[in-house]
Amino acid sequence: MKLQSKYIPLAATISLFAAMSVFGAVSYTGFLSPQVFLNLLIDNAFLVIVAVGMTFVILSGGIDLSVGSVVALSTIVLAKLVQHLHWDLMAAIPLVLCMGTLFGAFMGWLIQRFRLQPFIVTLAGMFLARGLCYLISIDSISITDEAYTVLAQTRLHLWTDGPMVSISAVLALAVLAAAVFVAHGTEFGRTVYAIGGSEHSAVLMGLPVARTNVLVYALSGFCAALGGVVFTFYMLSGYGLHAVGLELDAIAAVVIGGTLLSGGVGYMAGTLFGVLTLGVIQTLIMFDGSLSSWWTRIVIGALLFVFCVLQRVFEAGRKPGV
Amino acid sequence: MRTSNAPSIVKRVQAHPLLWPVVTLVLILMVNASLNPGFWMLQWRDGHLYGSVIDILNRAAPLMLVSLGMTLVIATRGIDISVGATVAISAAVAALMVGGKLVITDGVAQHVSRFPMWLAIVCALLTALACGLWNGVLVAKIGLQPIIATLILMVAGRGVAQLLTDGQIVTVYYPPYFYIGSGYLWGLPFALFIAGFVYLLMHLAVTRTALGLFIQAIGINPAAARVAGVRERLISICVYAFCGLTAGIAGLIISSNVKSADGNNAGNLLELDAILAVTLGGTLLTGGRFTLAGSMIGALIIQTLTSTIYSIGVPPEINLVVKAAVVFVVMLMQSAEFRRAVRGWVVRPAAGSHT
Repeated sequence: MKLQSKYIPLAATISLFAAMSVFGAVSYTGFLSPQVFLNLLIDNAFLVIVAVGMTFVILSGGIDLSVGSVVALSTIVLAKLVQHLHWDLMAAIPLVLCMGTLFGAFMGWLIQRFRLQPFIVTLAGMFLARGLCYLISIDSISITDEAYTVLAQTRLHLWTDGPMVSISAVLALAVLAAAVFVAHGTEFGRTVYAIGGSEHSAVLMGLPVARTNVLVYALSGFCAALGGVVFTFYMLSGYGLHAVGLELDAIAAVVIGGTLLSGGVGYMAGTLFGVLTLGVIQTLIMFDGSLSSWWTRIVIGALLFVFCVLQRVFEAGRKPGV
Repeated sequence: MRTSNAPSIVKRVQAHPLLWPVVTLVLILMVNASLNPGFWMLQWRDGHLYGSVIDILNRAAPLMLVSLGMTLVIATRGIDISVGATVAISAAVAALMVGGKLVITDGVAQHVSRFPMWLAIVCALLTALACGLWNGVLVAKIGLQPIIATLILMVAGRGVAQLLTDGQIVTVYYPPYFYIGSGYLWGLPFALFIAGFVYLLMHLAVTRTALGLFIQAIGINPAAARVAGVRERLISICVYAFCGLTAGIAGLIISSNVKSADGNNAGNLLELDAILAVTLGGTLLTGGRFTLAGSMIGALIIQTLTSTIYSIGVPPEINLVVKAAVVFVVMLMQSAEFRRAVRGWVVRPAAGSHT
């Protein structure tokens, strides 16, 4: 009984995704092909990676508004290094990943050390990263480096002449698998859940709360930087206006994936389906052809509404409402 | 030994909630004046005042309004990140209803609006009020977390605004409408009077009635407030509705100022600026302690900062970095932990002297 109610939000997300796919398959010819679904993963690989980091932060009861800007900053640093300074990829990418991690760790340290609000610290981080983008370059830098283009355009066939995936999609799945392991199978993951449940109790239990809090934001920064790297594979350019509002998409994906924003409850796998659900909405609207793109925002808003209310209903049975 | 009189004044000033916001504003104004010699110069031209300061006041008006509404929301432990979307929706409704075209009657060119202007304004404000009401109901009745409840409208609202304007920028050709955003009354920008009027109204409401006390009680402990007989849900709904309304007024000013409504960009990132203004003003994001005057000063700080950056000829792109730096500094100054840490670094107190 208890086990069942625990999985209801996750089941709801997966059913919704399935229902939307069935709806698409019935309504539009050509919708139900493996490639359409793999494209969801290919087109949203960066969002999966960013949302995974965001899930950790939200599970710990925090929020990270800076991820969109960190993605943009990563794309532009990478483009600058590779295109203008002719760095080797194997040097540039690790540097960018380190930068993102340090940026996240710095914000986490501020939040933890000085008891600051995550919302306002990451908001400032968002401004800072976006501003740094423009300091590096106001214009978009397109990447024409040969190794880079090859890497970005490589497609791996699932079987001979079968549907294919990009390297970023594989990367996204690998990050997700690692995150599932870290969240559910390590001490760090259990501490994150404990902090999200009640930070005070976690401290009393003697868990390494301070370290975990900083690590959570560092992890989110790392994921955002990696998301930025994958984003350059997708766009082949660096630009300060890339990924505007991505943090909201990531938060929406996490919420639709069944993670409670108050922290402590949720699954990594849910986040994947959250992202895929957002993707399927876009694909449905694209297949329809007659609906304008702004309907995407409205449908996502409506979905958020439904899911939040559902969460609330499930939650109401367990916790006394405040 | 201390004398009884002097320290109490110092203490009182030190404890005053507006100390840090005012200090920040004064510092930024001083930097401004040192970089730009003509900063304080005021000129009387065409029947109204001209000058950098007036300009800042004029441009800060929409942010002031949104921040005022946001202050009450934050005071009840909430947050409203949908104000930017509400601004866009209200601007779209107003621009669509005013519209305006040139009609020549008896050889005299005359601008005619689609609907009477007062009707357009009322409709825009009612729409904004409805947006706020929706947020309030989600938070207070359904019990969603404020950030999520308002996230829904933030995501969907911009879509709605684009739907209203059909994805286009709707231009307004009706001069009387422009008075709201760029008109002058008694030599001062009219928008400033709107912000001032709303501030006065709110100030009276929270100081002359028990409303301020109730809002604080809700912010400190919603459950306890309810037990103590405060109509917590009703007040929360009203606070969100009011926040929507102030965003609506800001939407009118912004659309009147640029003579158009842009569903995509109107009020973009305004919610963040407003939250920033409120925090800079000394309102606690954790609820319970709030100051309306502080939020007004916070809005001025942000606008002055922006104007400074534009006027001293630094590329405007640096704006965001400077804003971030200021937020970090103010944030740290507000943190008791940080002040304690700094005190620890600077002075090593002798045992027992520390109070």
